[in-house]
Amino acid sequence: MKLTAENREKIAFFVLGIAAFLVLVPVFLILFILMAKGAHAINWEFLTTKPRLGMKAGGIFPAIVGTVYLVLGTVTVALPLGLFAAIYLVEYAKGNWLTRMVEVAIVNLAGVPSVVYGLFGMGLFVIFMKLGASILAGSLTLAIMILPVIITASREALSTVPKSFREVSLALGVSKWQTIRHVVLPNALAGILTGTILGVSRAAGETAPILFTVAAFYLPKLPKSIFDQCMALPYHLYVLSTQVPNVNPKIQYGTALVLVALVFFTNLVAIVIRARFRARKQW
Amino acid sequence: MKRIWEAAVEKFILLNGLACVVFVILIFLFLAKEGLALFKTFSPLNFFAGTQWYPISEPPKYGILPLFLGSLVVTLGATVISVPLGMACALFIGEIAPRWMREILKAGVELLAAIPSIVIGFIGMMTLAPWVKQIFHLPTGLTALSGSITLAFMAVPTIVSIMEDAITAVPKIYREGSFALGATHWQTIRRVVIPAASSGTVAAIMLGIGRVIGETMAVMMITGNAAVMPNTLLAPVRTMTATIAAEMGEAVQGSEHYFALFAIGLVLFVITFLINMTADIFLHREKK
Amino acid sequence: MVDDSSPKIEVGQLNVHYGALQVLRDVTLSIRRNEILGVIGPANSGKTSFLRVLNRLLDLSPDVRVKGDICLDAKNIYTKMSAEEVRKRVGMVFALPQPLPMTIFDNVAYGPRRHGTRDQNKLAEIVEKSLSAAFLWDEVKDRLSFSGMKLSGGQQQRLCIARTLAVEPEVILYDEPCSGLDPISTAKVEEAMFELKSRYTQVLVTNNVKQAARVGDRVAFFLMGELVELDRAARIFTAPRDKRTDDYVTGRFG
Repeated sequence: MKLTAENREKIAFFVLGIAAFLVLVPVFLILFILMAKGAHAINWEFLTTKPRLGMKAGGIFPAIVGTVYLVLGTVTVALPLGLFAAIYLVEYAKGNWLTRMVEVAIVNLAGVPSVVYGLFGMGLFVIFMKLGASILAGSLTLAIMILPVIITASREALSTVPKSFREVSLALGVSKWQTIRHVVLPNALAGILTGTILGVSRAAGETAPILFTVAAFYLPKLPKSIFDQCMALPYHLYVLSTQVPNVNPKIQYGTALVLVALVFFTNLVAIVIRARFRARKQW
Repeated sequence: MKRIWEAAVEKFILLNGLACVVFVILIFLFLAKEGLALFKTFSPLNFFAGTQWYPISEPPKYGILPLFLGSLVVTLGATVISVPLGMACALFIGEIAPRWMREILKAGVELLAAIPSIVIGFIGMMTLAPWVKQIFHLPTGLTALSGSITLAFMAVPTIVSIMEDAITAVPKIYREGSFALGATHWQTIRRVVIPAASSGTVAAIMLGIGRVIGETMAVMMITGNAAVMPNTLLAPVRTMTATIAAEMGEAVQGSEHYFALFAIGLVLFVITFLINMTADIFLHREKK
Repeated sequence: MVDDSSPKIEVGQLNVHYGALQVLRDVTLSIRRNEILGVIGPANSGKTSFLRVLNRLLDLSPDVRVKGDICLDAKNIYTKMSAEEVRKRVGMVFALPQPLPMTIFDNVAYGPRRHGTRDQNKLAEIVEKSLSAAFLWDEVKDRLSFSGMKLSGGQQQRLCIARTLAVEPEVILYDEPCSGLDPISTAKVEEAMFELKSRYTQVLVTNNVKQAARVGDRVAFFLMGELVELDRAARIFTAPRDKRTDDYVTGRFG
């Protein structure tokens, strides 16, 4: 075969295609393995009872509950904080050095390793603020970690609202904040929600930040207040696969499957919201 | 009355805006406060240049070098795999794939990004490691190589998505000009698109590297946790991140070991800070 | 107590800069009560900036500096009033019809609601009054719950006028309101403007010189940031005092 430009192109495109294939294969592989080895572990008992026999039997209910609590706590803190920070950047910031500094801070928060968040959370919330290892400390830590996700998504959503909407409202003598509340926010809601859900699903899957701030190896009772520790799915998976000897692999795979299913489901919800909003948008 | 409320709301919003700056500073301060305390009892030179990390020996040794090099080896390995793979995938998605395929591929990449790192680490430990052990006839499959491969797949989504943005941002006019001169699509990609997207590409690679350096759980489960100076890819290593995660549970608060772990955290923070700043500069350049 | 013969708006030595660029230079004029003042001029003459100063919408432009006195009923709109108060009293209709993404009813009721009116009956009354005054009521009275964005261009623009009227301003500013409309819709908008004369003072910026002649009582000609001439409409179009005005209205440039 002659090495013409056309032939070179064919080879190149083929190689690139292989690359794309190689990237996707692990995704399906992972999902397939999880389903194959973990699906039969999942039954009603698995999802609703506590672990027994030193984690070798029983279910993962407390871990699921703990993850839910953490998610709720995280969103309670991160959503208002992130949303208002985004409002600041889009509606009030003057594009000067201060704005740039905030943007740089956001980029950096996004890049801090999750284990460093764990250290920070422990240092500030658990020890310095004396909250102890608790749902509160864990939620605060996770909230700061996903802040960049929420801010970025909210910023984009707010910026998509046409400038003319704001002008029209202001020209009617409506104040800036009222304009934001009644014209900008309602029309940015879908994007804000999508970003929040994606951020929260990330928080649900993180292990390192909760290692020292909230996660418990085993709790005989469910947590009663935000000052209690809790179990969590990602940490539970870690424990089952590295800290407890001779665990039936199907329990490990089952836990992983539940975690992945949870994360995928929330991502799906976010994507559906985004798609439906795009379809219904009047402008 | 309304005026006061409006002004109060504005101040509140401003505070929220500044929150991120406050948090970055706080993180740095807390890491420094505990991390630098190490140097009251342990010399910085021995920390940065020491080749032994034995917290439980008598006297304890807190040399970060094996850990740093462990991180470096795994990161380099992951980069070598993920950068060409990610770039090729981004090019395919951005330039070559037909419309319908593009959406599927992008969804696939997003799915890969969404899988929690602990799950990827778990699967890697259960399937990849035994495989590596078999192929290379090793005593254990928990090696730097296994870690690199696993981490590569965690970095790829980052690289692909940022680079794909950069590629689609290249103005159509550039491509059309090249076609008008008779170039093939591939020649256009090589000579026009890739150079035009270079800033974004660099940023993508840096952020991918940042992702890998910062990864903790997957690494912990797959690289074997041996805090020794790495001299081969086919043996266990220990990264900085894994060290913190693995040992903090046993370190007594306020002990030297405790401070040493914070010192590692400080080093990690500085490294990722630098990487992110650089990537941000390149991303900014690209926007122009 | 306001003297009916005093000007509604008085502008003295108005100078406006965007950064280093000066867009308005020493503009001085008075706008009489219940008149329609047409403002004409080529692109970049400063006429839109002038309009936006009158309701302080210019404050939103980045890097803007406004010097001079602008008084509404003899009160300075910068030093003696808040921006919101000014905008409540001086309304604006924009060039491209911009309904908010809500129902027709909610569009018109938006202003009054934000200013505190909650009573549903009162709001319905205001909506009907405003839509009638904008000559839109008959066309939409049965579909108030339809989205405002589904109306035709001309209807949308009259909706915007109704929306502006709902907050009961004293002055209405029009920024090239008919530039996106067909002749029939344009005629309807102009008809509305005539009807509104008895209760409102109006300022109309337009690129269409003929429209200014049709509609304006007096016409002001801006060129490169300066007010070149201000006189009765008939005068400006038949015997302008300044050659530049003559050149513009006869179409020699712009």
